[in-house]
Amino acid sequence: MSVTRNERAPTSATLAKIRIRGLAKRFGDKIVLDGVDLEVLPGTSMVVIGGSGSGKSVLLKCILGLLEPDAGTIEIDGDDLLAMSRAEREATHRRIGMLFQNGALFDSLPVWENVTFGLLAQDRLSRRAAREVAGELLAQVGLAASVGEMSPAELSGGMQKRVALARAIAARPDIMFFDEPTTGLDPIMGAIIDGLLVDCVKRLGSTAIAITHDMASARRIGDTAAMLHRGKIVWSGPAAALMDSANAVVDQFTHGRREGPIQMELRR
Amino acid sequence: MNAILDFVAAVGRGTMAACRAAGALALFAIDGLSHLVRPPFYWRMFGRALREIGYFSLPVVALTAIFTGMVLALQSYTGFARFSAEGAVANVVVLSVTRELGPVLAGLMVAGRIGAAMAAEIGTMRVTDQIDALSTLSTNPMKYLVAPRFAAGIIALPLLVVVADILGVMGGFIVSVLKLGFNAETYLNNTLDFVQPMDVVSGLVKAAVFGFLIALMGCYQGYNSRGGAQGVGAATTAAVVSASILILAFDYVVTEMFFAR
Repeated sequence: MSVTRNERAPTSATLAKIRIRGLAKRFGDKIVLDGVDLEVLPGTSMVVIGGSGSGKSVLLKCILGLLEPDAGTIEIDGDDLLAMSRAEREATHRRIGMLFQNGALFDSLPVWENVTFGLLAQDRLSRRAAREVAGELLAQVGLAASVGEMSPAELSGGMQKRVALARAIAARPDIMFFDEPTTGLDPIMGAIIDGLLVDCVKRLGSTAIAITHDMASARRIGDTAAMLHRGKIVWSGPAAALMDSANAVVDQFTHGRREGPIQMELRR
Repeated sequence: MNAILDFVAAVGRGTMAACRAAGALALFAIDGLSHLVRPPFYWRMFGRALREIGYFSLPVVALTAIFTGMVLALQSYTGFARFSAEGAVANVVVLSVTRELGPVLAGLMVAGRIGAAMAAEIGTMRVTDQIDALSTLSTNPMKYLVAPRFAAGIIALPLLVVVADILGVMGGFIVSVLKLGFNAETYLNNTLDFVQPMDVVSGLVKAAVFGFLIALMGCYQGYNSRGGAQGVGAATTAAVVSASILILAFDYVVTEMFFAR
């Protein structure tokens, strides 16, 4: 199974699935996002890379409605999310599946209830049917149906990520967000999870944004990539071009060099 | 002059911070309460909270009440004996337990047990992104986590206090009859003749208020915890301390409402 998806590149003629313009967010005096512009085309996956504290997670939380941006627009299918009524915004958010960095599984619930939580919350399933659906979703991420009866604390890190992915795809979202999907996993498990992500996105025909530090993972998941640095997108292009971007900030980050513009800022 | 201005500025900052905190707490309480009357209702979460607060707190509240009643009988007997008023022991025990000690001690015990547990559970959910995950799964965290706990606190505490009242009076009865030589029938008659419905009702109203305060502080501190394990620990401590102080403060307020002349 090939998990490299760099054959599709954005074209300006296509309507963006997600379009972000001038997004700004600050916490007190700290400016985290300083006019972020991004476009993700339908059916493609964009990887956002950037150092710790560069605002990647804040960017996702703004799109998800977990944080209110100070300025800017977030368009989904051409509709401005921030101009929508609360009900419209909630309906739009229901179309988004999210894989959190640490899985964020609910400790107090068994795995099957975690997986079908969103469907049960929307009354789309009875509890009896939910167990069966959970088994099918777990199979899609390579887990046995019997895992459904376990509690999240009994699972390994890789299994928790798979369960979290099953939960994220349960409502068949047309947009998916992955927050550091391979963090804390060994390289083999990381590659397996990446493969599952790509499979799920492809099967559902979804549009995806993933944020990561992991360059191997970025190339496996992404069609396109963007680098967030000091609250701005400093580079964007095909994910395949990440390692030879001709951008000093991206080059230093992707090659893990000690010398370069990022280190100079740290010294200041 | 500068020192005075610095002092005034510091007092001003402290006052502003206190007002902000009180405002945030009030908005949180109103938001949580508003979800009690707006569907959907999470009955399973309510049942779970009711079991945690009510059923699992029963042993600790029962033991506290029974020993408090026993001590109260013993102490009031030794005090009243100085004025040859030993006959008032039953009256003092039932009045103290139903009006004051039953609700306050049950409240403080539950604040220690449940306030801490609520803050720790919700705080852990906050720092591990589980609350954000709820939002992304079409579930309002206030409705799912907070409102059921508010309802359970308001209902469970009065039920616990009914048990505490009975066991507290029973503790006084046991000591009075078995140790102090009171006649059992006379003691019970004194108790039942003296206690007024308003004594019990005021205790139950206090209990409902305390149950709400315990749930409010546990949920509020947990919901707003930050910074990993240390933040959750701080939230847990703050929940217990603030709930305990509020219980004592509102004990006075409710007493004033019921019995002020």
